[in-house]
Amino acid sequence: MADIRPSGYSKHRKKQTYSRRLGTRATPLQTLMSERVGGMGALILVILVLPLLLSNNYQYDVAISMGINAIVVVGLNLLIGYAGQISLGHAGFYALGAYASAILTTRYGLHGALAMPLGAIGVGLMAYVIARPILRLSGHYLAMATLGVGIIINIAISREAWLTGGPDGMYVPAMQVAGVELYGGQIWYWIVAAFLILAVWLALNLIDSPIGRALRGLHGAEVAAETSGVDTTRYKVMVFVISAVMASVAGSLSAHFSEFVTPDKASFFHSILFVTMVVFGGMASTFGAVVGAAALTLLPQLLADFASYEHMILGLIMMVVMIFMPKGLVPSLGALARRRRRQEARS
Amino acid sequence: MVKRFTRALMMVGAACIALGVTAQARAQEDPIRIGSFLAVTGPASFLGDPELKTLEMYIHRINGAGGLIGRPLELIHYDTGADANKARTFAKRLLEEDEVDVILGGSTTGTTMAVIPLVERAEVPFVSFAGGVVIIEPVKPWVFKTPHTDRMACGKIFEDIRSRGLSRVALISGTGGFGKSMREQCTQVAPAHDIEIVADETYAPSDTDMVAQLTKIKNTEGVEAVVNPGFGQGPAIVTKNFAQLGFEVPLYQSHGVASKKFIELAGDAAEGVRLPASALLVAEKLPMDDPQRPVVMGYKTTYEAEHGEGSVSTFGGHAYDGLMMYKQAVEAAGTADPAAVRDALEAIQGFMGTAGEVTMSADDHLGLDLSAFRMLEIREGDWVLVE
Repeated sequence: MADIRPSGYSKHRKKQTYSRRLGTRATPLQTLMSERVGGMGALILVILVLPLLLSNNYQYDVAISMGINAIVVVGLNLLIGYAGQISLGHAGFYALGAYASAILTTRYGLHGALAMPLGAIGVGLMAYVIARPILRLSGHYLAMATLGVGIIINIAISREAWLTGGPDGMYVPAMQVAGVELYGGQIWYWIVAAFLILAVWLALNLIDSPIGRALRGLHGAEVAAETSGVDTTRYKVMVFVISAVMASVAGSLSAHFSEFVTPDKASFFHSILFVTMVVFGGMASTFGAVVGAAALTLLPQLLADFASYEHMILGLIMMVVMIFMPKGLVPSLGALARRRRRQEARS
Repeated sequence: MVKRFTRALMMVGAACIALGVTAQARAQEDPIRIGSFLAVTGPASFLGDPELKTLEMYIHRINGAGGLIGRPLELIHYDTGADANKARTFAKRLLEEDEVDVILGGSTTGTTMAVIPLVERAEVPFVSFAGGVVIIEPVKPWVFKTPHTDRMACGKIFEDIRSRGLSRVALISGTGGFGKSMREQCTQVAPAHDIEIVADETYAPSDTDMVAQLTKIKNTEGVEAVVNPGFGQGPAIVTKNFAQLGFEVPLYQSHGVASKKFIELAGDAAEGVRLPASALLVAEKLPMDDPQRPVVMGYKTTYEAEHGEGSVSTFGGHAYDGLMMYKQAVEAAGTADPAAVRDALEAIQGFMGTAGEVTMSADDHLGLDLSAFRMLEIREGDWVLVE
């Protein structure tokens, strides 16, 4: 584990944290540029302005998919980017959330708004039980174990056809609120947007709390963190549960929005896609996670017009980004902007 | 290490994606827009690939012959890779952005089911090429499908068993998706055909020996016929074990193994095995006066002329049926207006396709009967029509 470097632990951030701890006040400009205030503001602005550019339900659909993926990826980024623990099974939790909503509403007549938290609690408990033995592993072994969890969930969903509809999936009725059916791009855009803002806000606060510092500590050097009195297992388990719950909520949203669930949601490739979004956007950057999710949801749609070349171009873009921006889109572009600014200040 | 590992994963992912291939065709001037989403890449590409080739080929031919009701056809296709979520997004794109007049497609039951809520709301006719009976049961006003169902295969087998004066049947089914679904359908329709299921064994698709299950069936009192719903290599092993154990009752395979590959795998043991199959498989063997012969021979020769000898498959045939039914409906309605075409599709009478004769009605959006399947027997390493 010695070769895990704190890639998200940039010098810039370190300085900021120290200054806050020492009680030195940040200037108003610095506050505005910070992730918590400035970044959050930018995200809300983008979410508010985006509908002006969307002209039909299909475009709303893509925007909603971006938002749902972003919620999962923001949670997964806490685990991968900050705590340095990989999970190749998060699509499993996403699918469990989706199926919890689907099954509780269709077979037990529960309201969707109740099914979602119930699903999230169930997934949270399950993640907690699994996390303790699994997170004692590290590196490739952890990857294998989480992969196993995802695959078991996928198989269970495909096989238990009496409950889940089997490989062909099942319908989820449209959610009703006060007698009105929640259907259509616009309504779901705002629902998903609210959940995304909540997820990002939670993630940013978590990272800036003592828990966040402990997570970064255990990412940097687990042994060192332990000797400084950080209960690393507890924090690892905690962040695993949080990310699983976020995936579950996103799954519930997607089930109600698309009115249909299939075991595909739990597939291995779906898990890989989530991890790819984290890495593409930039590990240990919450907004990187949002950008990664948005970019990798949008790209296949934009490239669909290239027909046969779609997959090749997508593969090429991903390779080029990872070769020239190994830290991911947002951190690399951020570093570039900072260097530019410093050069300008000097000249 | 995590970083290096994830980066390696990215590379592998990108390489996998780069291997995919899709195709798309376009035409001009106020065309009738045909939307399609098929699994051209991925695990179900053996379905989507011939389906897309068929659509492209015949749309090109229709355009060459002056189009449909004087308008050219334009095909807008997206590759789903058999992913239901992608299918859903692409269907939305077809409906909202491309504003298609009809959707022909959906290689798998999962992708089809994901799209049904959308087409029902958008009120655009949708003809699916997927097998599942759930697509048309219960009937959805805007949804039709072309391929025969597992239930019909069971019905065909049971009908043949009854015609031999037998009724006590043993099932030995694969636990894969196909075997599982067909086993359920067979158990459901058995009483309607006066068939009693006296043994019900299963095997995993990866099993290499089914002697244990077959021995149990052999020791069951009064088994008069054995039916094997399954897909892939399992049925070939069952057939071999069946011959080794010296059964004296007939063995029925499903339409899932209706390919020359099965005869090769099972060898001499396949002698005397019966199975239901689409007429396309035995196009040349159909009697000259068979009403389906011109259709299946026509499709087979056209497809093979373009894509090589022996390349034709029943899956491409489903796409052919879908397109031709749409063509007939538009010609009957005299317009491509979705509502009028839907009514015309529902009113189709005696349409002859590669799957059989189709007669739609308000409560049957498949329109095939058991005659769609031909009962074949394997004799001297080749198919022979029973009937």
